[in-house]
Parts: sequence; structure tokens; C-alpha cells
Amino acid sequence: MSAAPDIVIVGAGIVGAACARECARAGLRVLVLDRGPVGGGTTAAGMGHIVVMDDSPAQFALTAFSRRLWQELAPELPAAVEYDPCGTLWVAADEPEMAEVHRKAAFYRERGVRVEVLEGDDVAAAEPALRPGMAGGLRVVDDAVVYPPAAAQHLLESQENARRIEVRPGVTVAALNEDGGVTLADGTRVSAGVAVNAAGPWSPLLAPGLPVRKRKGHLVITDRHPGFVHHQIVELGYLKSAHAVTADSVAFNIQPRKTGQMLIGSSRQFGAEGTEINAEILDRMLRRAFEYLPGLGRLSAIRAWAGHRAATPDKLPLIGPSLASDRIWLATGHEGLGITTSLATGRLLADQVLGRAPAIPVEPYLPARLGKGDTPHA
Amino acid sequence: MPERIELSVNGRALSVPWGTTVAAAVALAGETRFRRSVHGDARGPLCGMGICFECRVTINGEPHARSCLILCADGMEVRTDE
Ligand SMILES: Cc1cc2nc3c(=O)[nH]c(=O)nc-3n(C[C@H](O)[C@H](O)[C@H](O)COP(=O)(O)OP(=O)(O)OC[C@H]3O[C@@H](n4cnc5c(N)ncnc54)[C@H](O)[C@@H]3O)c2cc1C
Ligand code: FES
Repeated sequence: MSAAPDIVIVGAGIVGAACARECARAGLRVLVLDRGPVGGGTTAAGMGHIVVMDDSPAQFALTAFSRRLWQELAPELPAAVEYDPCGTLWVAADEPEMAEVHRKAAFYRERGVRVEVLEGDDVAAAEPALRPGMAGGLRVVDDAVVYPPAAAQHLLESQENARRIEVRPGVTVAALNEDGGVTLADGTRVSAGVAVNAAGPWSPLLAPGLPVRKRKGHLVITDRHPGFVHHQIVELGYLKSAHAVTADSVAFNIQPRKTGQMLIGSSRQFGAEGTEINAEILDRMLRRAFEYLPGLGRLSAIRAWAGHRAATPDKLPLIGPSLASDRIWLATGHEGLGITTSLATGRLLADQVLGRAPAIPVEPYLPARLGKGDTPHA
Repeated sequence: MPERIELSVNGRALSVPWGTTVAAAVALAGETRFRRSVHGDARGPLCGMGICFECRVTINGEPHARSCLILCADGMEVRTDE
């Protein structure tokens, strides 16, 4: 790149890649820096479930809009992205969870999200591997699955303005500067109009005081057992797990990969900074999965790993200018939904950078909502 | 202990000496494609000691059995190339 870029993005995860794509599409010149390879951070550690969620109206708005963007993108995705519109099956173990199925169904239907309510027998027919006696379930028809690192690569390379994006892997950034550029670990300064912190769970290291915390999650993947399950299946009790903000929690969550492999989650832990496997948590997580899928234990697991979600106090991401400087921007804090919400994040970031009318109201995601938390010593 | 073990490989009857591994039986049956890789390439035993997982076959309906570690047993049904 000869002249200074309009925008420099720190982090080539799915969020940084989506931001780069939208800015380049609008004609900006974009430089993307990552200390590792494209999509090698949390983006390589997560599940890749594209899912509409409704913990809050703002979460629903962002996930539903972003899922629509994924659906629009789907026809152009190469096979390596493994896009699979398998849908989500939320399973209800008992009547209180079934009440939640009906509430969710009504909420989604009113807002144009296709769903089907399944009674106990329908659940058994749809997923014979589930233990008998489920109260029912909710099928969210258009939810999907992707392989996130390949998706990040595609976002950087695909559209007609991809040549406006320069990606430099293996470059560590030491600081984002108030004059819009960044300083690299080797002391080199790179100037740009705007610098974006898209460093995922590491974003607070580049923005002292940023209210983003690491929330650890474990996953296990099996050998190829095609057809063992057909949907991404999640227990409705998952909501209790995701909402608990203190205790370690596990919930049943399984994803069929296009290869026939089964990806099994999930756990949530604060205060666990390393990515080593915690045997006790892994054990609890797998036992939970076996409760729902009694035959799962016969499949052979080939790998287990852990990664960190970037969690914010109100469980919504930070998309927009920081309070530290109007030339330092944030695109982080996506917790367990960053694959889903990456495309919307890219759109909303570009809308703001370019002064366009935002595609959906952006206020719930502005860093300013959390007060002065992102300025040093505030 | 019987001297010989009767099993089948891809539906074909086979008699092998006691102590033969499934991997050896599959080779004796003339099969070279034990399984397929995720991209459909032919795969067969590499390490012979349970580490590489390249020798997997389906035994009595259970997929992903490491044929180099398992001894043939009477009536066993082995399938390859799955
Ligand atoms: C176990 C688990 C399961 C998940 N499941 C799902 C799911 O099913 N669906 C979903 O939507 N989301 C899921 N997520 C969340 C999702 O994976 C993340 O929200 C998403 O990957 C975040 O992407 P990112 O680009 O913000 O961060 P990252 O992918 O972490 O990218 C940040 C990048 O910044 C780079 N970086 C950091 N510091 C520096 C520096 N100083 N200099 C240069 N580069 C730097 C890193 O190398 C990294 O590549 C899951 C997460 C986990 C942990
Ligand atoms: S040949 Fe390597 S595991 Fe069997």
C-alpha cells in the first residue's frame, strides 16, 4: 500500500475481517494487522453457530440483522466455509422449559423469524439420538453453521474491492494512537485516519480500563459420525448458563459439522485466563451432553480445546468510537455471538465511519453507553 | 483356544490364524482402501500401533475402530472404505 490507509484494523478475526470488508466495499483503503494468522484467535476456537438470540431487544436486533446478512452472503461462500443451514433445535426438558419454547416462538413469529414448535414426539422423530421423554422443542429454521476461520479469510478476499485491503499477519501492535494510527511492537508507527481495536478478548490490553473480560469456553470434537444429529441442538437450560455471571457453568450444545464430525459445547468461566483444558469442567460438560444424547459416549473424541469470549457487562458488543479519542474505534466485546454478529458489526462500523445512516439503530452498541470505562485512569 | 478364526471382510468369508489383527486380515482379504479421508482419499495403516488412526474400519457396525489394535474374533464383520 503506497499512501497511508484510511483505516487500520488491529485483529484479523472474524470481526476485524467483517469490518475490513465493509470499509473496502465503501471504497476505503484498509490495513489489517494481526500478530498471528487470519482467524487464528477466538475465531478458530469457537463453534460457528449463526443463531438469532433474544436475551434483550438489542441482542435480537443485532443477531437477526446479522443472520440476514449471512443468508445473503451464503450463495457466494466457498465450500471451505462449510455453510450449513441446518437450523437450531432448542430442546425443552420439562414443562417450564416448554413454556419458554412458546414464549420464544411467539416473540420470533411476531418479528418474522421462521420457527416451528415441536411436541415431544416430533422432537424424537427429528433427533432420534436424543433421550426419550423430551417435553418439546423449538426449531429455528434459518439458523446455520459456518467454519469461522475460513469465513474470515473469505471476508477479506472476496468482494470486488478486496484489493483495497492489505492484510499483514505476524505483526504485533503495541498501541492505538490518538492521532489515528498505531505503534507496532518494534516501535514503528503506522499512520491512518482511524484505528480500530478488533482484538477480541485481548482488546483491553490495547485499551486500558475497557470493560471487557475473558470468559473461557471448552469444546470437544469427535470423529466423523454423519447423521448422529441433524440440527445444532441446544438445551433451553443454556439460557441459565449463559446468564449466570459468577459461577462456572456448563450447558448441552452440539453442532453437526458438514464433515460428519460432532462439535460439543459448552462451558463458561470467568477468572480462567489460560487456554489449558480444565478436566473437571470438561467432564461436567460432557456428562451434560451424555444426559441429552445417551449414545454420544460411543463416539470417539479426537480433540478438545478452550478459548475466550470477550464479555461486556451488558452482553452487547462495543461498536463505534471510543471515549479515548474519536480516531480510536472499538469493534469488540462480542461474547459468545461474534461469529453471528460479525457481519452486522462490519456494517454498523462502516456506517459510522462513513457518516451513513446506520442499517439498524446503533445506540445500544456504542461504547459511550458504558461511560468513561474505556479511558485510562477514568 | 481355537486355532483359526472365521470372520468376514466386506461380506467375504475369511479364515485367519488366532492372534491375527484386523488390519492384517483386511490386507489378507486384498483390501488396500481401509477408509477415506475427509476429502475422499484412500487411507490405510501407517504406524501399526494405535497412534495415527489411519487404519480405521467399521467392526460389527461400530465405525472408527483402529484395525491395527484389534484382534480378529469369530463371527466378526469388518467393513472398509466407509
Ligand atoms: C468456546 C466458544 C464457542 C463459541 N461459539 C460461538 C458460536 O457458536 N457462535 C458465535 O456467533 N460465536 C461463538 N463464539 C464467539 C466467537 O468465537 C467470538 O465472538 C469471535 O470469534 C470474536 O471474533 P474477534 O474477531 O472479535 O476476535 P478474535 O478472533 O479473537 O480476533 C482477535 C485477533 O486480534 C489479534 N490480536 C490481539 N492482540 C493483538 C495485538 N496486540 N497485535 C496484533 N494482533 C492482535 C489476535 O491474534 C486475534 O487474531 C464462541 C466463542 C468461544 C470461546
Ligand atoms: S495404523 Fe496407526 S493407528 Fe492403526
